[in-house]
Amino acid sequence: MTAFLSVEGAAKRFAPVLTFGDKVATWLGAQKPPRTVHAVDGVDLFVERGAVLGLVGESGSGKSTLGRMVAGIHVPTEGSIRLEGMPVMSPGNRPRKITTRVQMVFQDPFASLDPRMRIADTLAEGPIAHGLTTRREAMAYARKWLETVGLDPDYATRFPHQFSGGQRQRVAIARALAMQPDLLVCDEPVASLDVSIQAQIINLLMRLRRELNLTLLFISHDLSVVRHLCDRVAIMYLGRIVEEGPTPEVYETPRHPYTRALLESVPRLEIDDDVDVVFRPIEGELPSPQNPPAGCHFNARCPLVFDRCRIERPLLNEVGNGRLAACHLASPDQAGPNLAIKPISG
Amino acid sequence: MTAALLEVRGLKTHFPTSSGIARAVDGVSFTLERGEVLGLVGESGSGKSVTGFSLIGLVDEPGRIVDGEIRFEGRDLVGQPTKELRRIRGRDIAMVFQDPMMTLNPVLSIATQMHLALEAHEKIGKEEARQRSIEALARVGIPSPEGRIDSFPHQFSGGMRQRVAIAIALLHRPKLIIADEPTTALDVSIQAQILAEMKALVKEFGMAMIWISHDLATVSSIADRIAVMYAGRIVEAGPVGQVLRSPRHPYTQGLLDSLPTRTSPGEELAQIPGTTPSLINLPSGCAFAPRCARANAECAVIPEEVYEDARRFRCHHPLPERSTP
Repeated sequence: MTAFLSVEGAAKRFAPVLTFGDKVATWLGAQKPPRTVHAVDGVDLFVERGAVLGLVGESGSGKSTLGRMVAGIHVPTEGSIRLEGMPVMSPGNRPRKITTRVQMVFQDPFASLDPRMRIADTLAEGPIAHGLTTRREAMAYARKWLETVGLDPDYATRFPHQFSGGQRQRVAIARALAMQPDLLVCDEPVASLDVSIQAQIINLLMRLRRELNLTLLFISHDLSVVRHLCDRVAIMYLGRIVEEGPTPEVYETPRHPYTRALLESVPRLEIDDDVDVVFRPIEGELPSPQNPPAGCHFNARCPLVFDRCRIERPLLNEVGNGRLAACHLASPDQAGPNLAIKPISG
Repeated sequence: MTAALLEVRGLKTHFPTSSGIARAVDGVSFTLERGEVLGLVGESGSGKSVTGFSLIGLVDEPGRIVDGEIRFEGRDLVGQPTKELRRIRGRDIAMVFQDPMMTLNPVLSIATQMHLALEAHEKIGKEEARQRSIEALARVGIPSPEGRIDSFPHQFSGGMRQRVAIAIALLHRPKLIIADEPTTALDVSIQAQILAEMKALVKEFGMAMIWISHDLATVSSIADRIAVMYAGRIVEAGPVGQVLRSPRHPYTQGLLDSLPTRTSPGEELAQIPGTTPSLINLPSGCAFAPRCARANAECAVIPEEVYEDARRFRCHHPLPERSTP
């Protein structure tokens, strides 16, 4: 059986458009520094139907770009993205999205809703265009989806400015659901919300997933939210997936040094007065995606780095129990020290 | 000296708007000892940032402090002329903002900005200013500061910019530093670096700090005491461990319960029903009552502050104290 969502060898590079002057300059022998941003660099990812996959990474890791490629917003530079074997984008020179089965919820509900459209029009616009409802039934259709996300159906005649942040995010979710998707891509849907409101939206997503048998790609930088919501988690670093696996296992015994360092960086709720919290931050900073290092992208910050890491890109390999890791030290046949219990140096 | 470094009493900062008076800060009191770190926690609109801005007289128009006193080393700062406040700002009390681009001038090099900050409070030559700036940058963990001091803010990453902002705040070795969500805009790994450095610096210099944040976890790892704000008032305060281990105010408990880390994965999170009230139209009595499961008729009256040892809270129906975690 093929996976429900399969991403194979997906890459996305953003290159500046060359002007005529640039071309002439290059032709005359001008040396220009590379300006291409390697946002996503050869990613394979498979998601089963009904699963929730968390896509975790820091800014610049390419998680949003990958999510947008899955949702059919960005065209992959290389590779393919398929839903049950069917491509998300049309072939040819000017590819466009050819499925309504993937929909997206964005981070900022203040930016993602048209301030001049009534909620009912926002919700029904897509479904009318795709024949999921008619103009006559649009109001009833919108009310139904508002109810599904826990809002008063009478809100259908209101405008976005009449809602709080949490309510707007519910509207944004209702708009995505009104297209009756099978896969929902959520890009940091709770990052801009207060803690108490965040809990409401997480509960809503868990309920919707159960009731509508949704598959979710949940993009977040918040490791505790991902742990709560996601069956599996993929950790991204500088355009690549470095580790993937069932959430509890990845959190408890990370197999990639970056995953481990990331988990260590998260401040925990410390309720013991006697414990003096010691931070173990990752040394250094994210390298530039315009000029990523050779070999493993994490090599300059890795406490376990050795020569091979600077030359050869580690592939995302099976490391047992349905887990994958892209580290030269993490292969299952490697009779080396267990990464999970090795203390971090420094 | 026995007086506390900072003593805030009954502070009220209001913003007149076309639809009424927004009571952003409505009767906040707390004290801060030398070298102590206070975590000021709340959701958006709770008044935590306005409290911070009020302390150094940086409340935006048309907002103003309408009542209360802010005693810094015994002297009331409320009503002091701007000229006097400017002598204190940056020298005795410094502030670090959420967005370092708000603090840094994009068209001046870091060297120039630090020189200006030094000149504002003391007579200093160009060479000496440069030396002191380089030392300050080195202290906050900026690699090769001699080479980077002539760079402009856009040439730094977000984490490095925040480090520069912290270095500037520390130039005059202030007695109090107010940090308003200094790590919220940063990635987790950079946040951990900044937290570690701030913690070490506060200890090294013996500074007091007010750490304003919505994130209970960061506050719990850096603060000695915590004050939880809701709708312009401190609803609960005390030693950070005690408060988080056994909260007495239902709002504190609600905040803790809604954290995903405190529930097993996949289970429904406890959520606080409803939304934060409008500051223009606050419910009379306890502002949290409409969202509170323990509320009854008594809550229509603003609860008096209850003091218990080092802790205090404002609630008619406090949660029982838990003896062991």
